[in-house]
Amino acid sequence: MRILGHKLTVTAQIGIAIVVINLFVALFAPLIAPFDQATPVGDAWADPSAQHWLGLDNLGRDLLSRLIYGARMSIGLSLIITALSFLIGVITGFSAAVIGGWVDQLLSRIVDLLLSMPTLIFAFVILSVLGSALPVLIVTIAILDSTKVFRLARSVAVTIVSLEFVEAARLRGEGWWWVVTREVLPNAIPPLTAEFGLRFCFTFLFIAALSFLGLGVQPPDADWGSMVKDYRDMINFGSAAPLYPAGAIAILTIGVNFVVDWMLAIHSRGQGEGA
Amino acid sequence: MSDTPDTKRDDHIVLDIQGMRVVVRTDAGHGPVLVDDVSLQLRRGEVIGLIGESGAGKSTIGLATMGYTRRDCHIVGGQIIFGDTDIRAITLEERRALRGPKIAYIAQSAAASFNPAHTLMEQVCEAAVRHGVMKPAEARSAAVALFRELDLPSPDTIGSRYPHQVSGGQLQRVMAAMAMVAKPDILIFDEPTTALDVTTQVECLAAFRKLIREHGTAALYITHDLAVVAQIADRIMVLRHGKMVEFGDSRQILQDPKEDYTRRLVRERIAGHQFTPQAEESEAPILQVDHVSASYPRKPRVIDDVSLAVRKGDTVAVVGESGSGKSTLARVITGLLPREAGDVRFDGESLPPRLKDRSIDQLRRAQMIYQMPDVALNPQHTLLETIGRPVAFYFRRSREEVRTRVVELLRQMDLPEHFITRKTSELSGGQKQRVSIARALAAEPELIICDEVTSALDQLVGEEILRLLKKLQDELGVAYLFITHDLGTVKRIANKVVVMLQGKVVASGETKAVFAPPYHPYTELLLSSVPEMRPEWLDEVLARRAAGAAATAALLRAP
Amino acid sequence: MLKLVLNRLGLGVLTLFAASVLIFIGTEILPGDLASAILQNTATPETLAKMRLDLGLDRPAYLRFFQWLFGALHGDFGLSLANGRDVLEEIAPRFANTMFLATYAAIVAVPLAIGLGLLAAIRQGGFFDRLVNVVTLMTISVPEYFLAYLLIKYVAVDLGWFPSLASVSSDTPFLDRLYITFLPMLTLVLVIVAHMMRMTRASVLSVMASPYIEMAILKGLKNSRIVVRHALPNALAPIIAVVALNLAYLIVGVVVVETVFVYPGLGQLMVDEVSKHDVPVVQACGLIFAATFILLNMIADILGILSNPRLRHPR
Repeated sequence: MRILGHKLTVTAQIGIAIVVINLFVALFAPLIAPFDQATPVGDAWADPSAQHWLGLDNLGRDLLSRLIYGARMSIGLSLIITALSFLIGVITGFSAAVIGGWVDQLLSRIVDLLLSMPTLIFAFVILSVLGSALPVLIVTIAILDSTKVFRLARSVAVTIVSLEFVEAARLRGEGWWWVVTREVLPNAIPPLTAEFGLRFCFTFLFIAALSFLGLGVQPPDADWGSMVKDYRDMINFGSAAPLYPAGAIAILTIGVNFVVDWMLAIHSRGQGEGA
Repeated sequence: MSDTPDTKRDDHIVLDIQGMRVVVRTDAGHGPVLVDDVSLQLRRGEVIGLIGESGAGKSTIGLATMGYTRRDCHIVGGQIIFGDTDIRAITLEERRALRGPKIAYIAQSAAASFNPAHTLMEQVCEAAVRHGVMKPAEARSAAVALFRELDLPSPDTIGSRYPHQVSGGQLQRVMAAMAMVAKPDILIFDEPTTALDVTTQVECLAAFRKLIREHGTAALYITHDLAVVAQIADRIMVLRHGKMVEFGDSRQILQDPKEDYTRRLVRERIAGHQFTPQAEESEAPILQVDHVSASYPRKPRVIDDVSLAVRKGDTVAVVGESGSGKSTLARVITGLLPREAGDVRFDGESLPPRLKDRSIDQLRRAQMIYQMPDVALNPQHTLLETIGRPVAFYFRRSREEVRTRVVELLRQMDLPEHFITRKTSELSGGQKQRVSIARALAAEPELIICDEVTSALDQLVGEEILRLLKKLQDELGVAYLFITHDLGTVKRIANKVVVMLQGKVVASGETKAVFAPPYHPYTELLLSSVPEMRPEWLDEVLARRAAGAAATAALLRAP
Repeated sequence: MLKLVLNRLGLGVLTLFAASVLIFIGTEILPGDLASAILQNTATPETLAKMRLDLGLDRPAYLRFFQWLFGALHGDFGLSLANGRDVLEEIAPRFANTMFLATYAAIVAVPLAIGLGLLAAIRQGGFFDRLVNVVTLMTISVPEYFLAYLLIKYVAVDLGWFPSLASVSSDTPFLDRLYITFLPMLTLVLVIVAHMMRMTRASVLSVMASPYIEMAILKGLKNSRIVVRHALPNALAPIIAVVALNLAYLIVGVVVVETVFVYPGLGQLMVDEVSKHDVPVVQACGLIFAATFILLNMIADILGILSNPRLRHPR
């Protein structure tokens, strides 16, 4: 099977399938989920049955439905944050590369500083005093993550800017905005797309980790990370409950990584002996 | 033909290639045929030159002789018989055993072919030692002897240096030593002097020739330069698109080529040695550079007190080798690198040193065309966008008018009209360069700066571009500032020339005058370093050099 | 080259300083009124006033910052708001535990990762390489708690081979420690081995695309020699960078693993104290984590400079 002239490997196909299914579930959750995510429908920790495929949770709610609704929160939140972080990172990164000079130096120093500090710890510190309301969560993580996007965007742009056609545009008298949007951007799309996938994975895992530690999504909202946290004690009684949301996180991340890996492989060829 | 003593050359055939065929095969299916039914027999002590333009398949043949192909390439036909063994029939392990002791390779770029993490001596001896041909001590003394043979400085200690501590020309010779240490039967030279300056090239050529003669090794010498191959090869094979065009004695190929393509190549090379007819004089210079100096931040001066003038309809060539400052001069004139001293005047008006201080109209009237067509155009833009943008930007024309103008320009460039919707990445090198020219013309400039515009192109394609530029000049009266390192091009296209050495102008004036005696010593050095098609040329140059050795060395060293 | 190294050291110190500023701003300035942030719902005007006095909020911010920093450099982080004990006393044993776990994981993971990475590069395209590629891609994709709970459910609970809770105390004998912390160590190892192995393989392969490698092939050298003698020395710099990066990551990943296994380390302490708004402890933990992270990054950069042959042997 081919997309845009490139052959799809087995893993890439699996990855695309996973991503598509997840997006579908997230979009159509209310239509797919058999039960409501917040209403108890039976005894706590009831075993899986024909009606409740994954059983019931600690408050008697249907696990499968919670899992399906959790997709919305997890995936939706991560997409918003990644998009925001990307917007900030790409605009600043491209501008730094194109304008150069002290603007570039200043931005790069600030970003280097931020990057050399552990993100989780920082998010912790900030969220511990500011609380974890959704807007705070979104903005904090987006800003912290945009530093990584900045780095990549800048390095991609610097490579492109060193090519003569950018100089030709400058010599023509084109302004900075034209150079960024019409000369640099069209050539930067392949590496940026791969990076978007990677950033999404990272953000997704990061939010889930924060929720697991109690600092991410707060009740009554539920994402997969906080579900793992809620069900963790059950593992000692042999129940696989926390594994379901954790597994869902794992599967989506694996899927996206498979696709990104395939995209990156297309753009780099190694060297070796032919026949 | 080099006069190899007959004792060294016997009829023993060391390499017998019959009907070699190499194709490209990827997941996407079958690709082009790189080598199509090529046959040759190499005798002991003989040198066969493989000559052709890019894409001719010559490198592929060289590598395939060692049983090696680059990624996605496969040898699918023919026999490659080395001694008694058909290289295609043996295993990878067995092929590996042949490389180094029996067949050795000398690559185009020595700087890239040496591992920066190890000393030169380690790498030179490595193949011989690892294959068990020599003990380490033996290999080391053989290496030092070779260094001496190749006229390398400090032969006893140069081995302990790292690749980045040694100059390009020296590194190329060290690579030759590396190939020779295990005393192979065949040497494969793959464009070894292409990346070097003309003056360095002479030394390397002489060194290689000496090496081959003294050890009686057979060699395949791959190059695109007919004059170079004339100095070193006994027989020459002309290749085109993977097929053999002509194969014969060197003298015959050079003086009496039979095939049409060969004739064009030979004529091309010779044509490069004739002067361009005198252009008309007009009074006011369109570009005046007065005592300009410039440097990069915290570095010594790159250009020092340079002056030149370009009049309407002139083609002024700026010629020099690497480090001469000629490309920097272009950047200073356009304002990319602000000048530190002096003045640059366009049509009488002084131009601000910085690009961003100049007016749009000032920018419009001087345009630039670059060396590498692949990076000079935005691969994601169509021809309409590329050529149309200057029209829209400078003259604010409507969409319709822009399109009409682009079509007109395409026609002037001899490019088909339907290319207008194609992306620039889909074009060939020569076509891309035409698009670059069209883009420059779209601004209706009075001066075009051409920065090595034919250096990255094949000989014949480059010639077409030069013809096109001349035609445009005749039609439009545009002036050129032509930067190049190739003296043949200068003679062909420029009526005035400026010779630069290490940032200073050493000679300037009408081409005919500058290139005729009495010469400035550096001009003479440059002129004499350009290989000519006569096989005796190299010997003559070496003799002359030996006589004036001290003076030459001083010239190249002094600022 | 010495200049570069000193440069890097200076940069490291500067970064640490900046980190401390950011931590301070994050904890004391951002929330606006620190006292209400700490007391939250239990605040009354009297308790707020007392809290403000206790925290010294009447003094200007920069003064408080320098006093805090000065104290921190001497090991005095103040008193915990939750239980009034000296913060350093609380933290020290926890820090030791975390270091133990991290070191345990590092010692196992680093040689394993580099070895596997080299092997995969040598046998590029082969079955081993592709298998390892897919498995590690999966391992780096999954969150640590997934692996952790997987291990707990199947290895600890179902099979009973190892304890599911890693409770150690200061007098737990060494060998017992190794046994009890085996599962958390394994979790950490699984994650970082995958990262480091992939990067080792990628760095080596990227170096393998260099022209001097083609030259080595044309000299007829064996593949194993080419990888080890020609590719590896040039791939060292990025590999070291990745190892250091992952060790730094360990500092962060350890937080989650400690929480899952209820291991009494610094990470778990930080998580607990954060929900109690115990600012002095959070500040101290944050600073220590940040310092370790920055230190490891700095060492990585310096080692990268030292292993670059062009810098070691200038013209």
